[in-house]
Amino acid sequence: MASTDIIIHDEKDNVGVVVIEKITVNQDCNCWIMENDKSAKIQSLNEIPLGHKIAMSDLKEGETIIKYGHDIGKVVKNIKKGEHVHVHNVKTKKW
Amino acid sequence: MEIPKSFLGYKRENGRAGTRNHVIILPVDDISNACAEAVANNIKGTIALPHSYGRLQFGADLELHFRTMIGTGKNPNVAAVIVIGIEPKWTKKIVDAIAKTGKPVEGFSIEGVGDIDTIAKVSKKAQEFSMWASEKQRVECPISDLWISVKCGESDTTSGLASNPTVGNLMDKLEPLGVHLCFGETSELTGAETVCEKRGKTPEAQEKFKKTWNAYNDFILQEATDDLSESQPTAGNIAGGLTTIEEKAFGNFQKIGSRQFIDVLEPAEEPTKGKGLYFMDTSSAAAECVTLQAAGGFNIHLFPTGQGNIIGNPIEPVIKLTANPLTVKTMSEHIDVDVSKILSREMNLDQAGDELVKATLRVANGRLTCAEALGHKEFVMTKLYRSA
Repeated sequence: MASTDIIIHDEKDNVGVVVIEKITVNQDCNCWIMENDKSAKIQSLNEIPLGHKIAMSDLKEGETIIKYGHDIGKVVKNIKKGEHVHVHNVKTKKW
Repeated sequence: MEIPKSFLGYKRENGRAGTRNHVIILPVDDISNACAEAVANNIKGTIALPHSYGRLQFGADLELHFRTMIGTGKNPNVAAVIVIGIEPKWTKKIVDAIAKTGKPVEGFSIEGVGDIDTIAKVSKKAQEFSMWASEKQRVECPISDLWISVKCGESDTTSGLASNPTVGNLMDKLEPLGVHLCFGETSELTGAETVCEKRGKTPEAQEKFKKTWNAYNDFILQEATDDLSESQPTAGNIAGGLTTIEEKAFGNFQKIGSRQFIDVLEPAEEPTKGKGLYFMDTSSAAAECVTLQAAGGFNIHLFPTGQGNIIGNPIEPVIKLTANPLTVKTMSEHIDVDVSKILSREMNLDQAGDELVKATLRVANGRLTCAEALGHKEFVMTKLYRSA
């Protein structure tokens, strides 16, 4: 089994979580989808540290980020597949 | 793994069992702290629980103050209690309520006596209680005597991926054995509130949860100057990769596994509907939440952390677990259970849950937690609004 770089909770999720110390620019990463125990691949566009999220597809401003199969916020700046997803491009829909 | 059916605990007069055997010196109010701390310094085997409030409170806020004081004294991890207040009336109210458990409790008031003579008088009683409690022996208690509370802190994405689901796995394994369980953190369920509501076992429990969450959310909307972006998620959460309160909420929610809650408790309220999972309306600030859960009668606490929260409680042992391999490395003295191997798929949730069950029983039997060994005893009252 190839080592896992990124874990995705749910098949519906459009982001994954980095579970190694960091991934580097243009790294080919192995992803494990926990829900169905399937694998996927993605190439990173940024350096992303442990615990931070990577976009699994292109995401446009106004679209919803799905994690755990649920809505966890909205995109406030277009995001490319493989890009770092965090407070600079995603915001809460609450409060 | 076959789960042991018993642990070694301290049987109390009212039938509950403690995982610890503390003699506490409980100040009713802020100005009695000095006296309580002097007594605890004089008499070995006692511990003072200083805090910041207890004067000119009124209404629901005062009720919560009393509930927290009384519940802390009643907790089965406490063998005997000394209550010290400036005035006799509130002191007596707390003493009388704790006395219903049958445990030794005595109250003292400072007004008209002064600190020095009070300290002398209280020290004599505290010595008697400490020496009496020191002879208590641990006996075999059924595992159903465990009342387990949970709360996570300094969470990051590894909490939602692994350490919170490990706690959920433990809940799924222990609930059928008749333990009491409790989760809280009303504000941190924001984003997952409708999913959480559906976990209520009865329509009444669901309705009660909805009402509680709505009340908290209304309060936040009323008081927040902009949003809670400076507090929820915290700077630590954001450093760990958590972006929004919704993401934090769905991670947080993993702690209850596939369980359903049977009732919603007021802060510091003792559950009365028997074994099973309860939701308690609490702040998400770690020390406030654990203080309220301990006052609700819970005798052992599980605390998953991501970036490394270091909290402890004076009477309820707090077991920390993390799945963040960097936190394991950099803050090892705070971590009781390392489940970081889940992330590298060298350990599955079932195995991690078993490890946590084993660690919980060792601590229930008397092993010190990291927080206890390091002297963490955060006792923090929840204040609902300003005093009169």
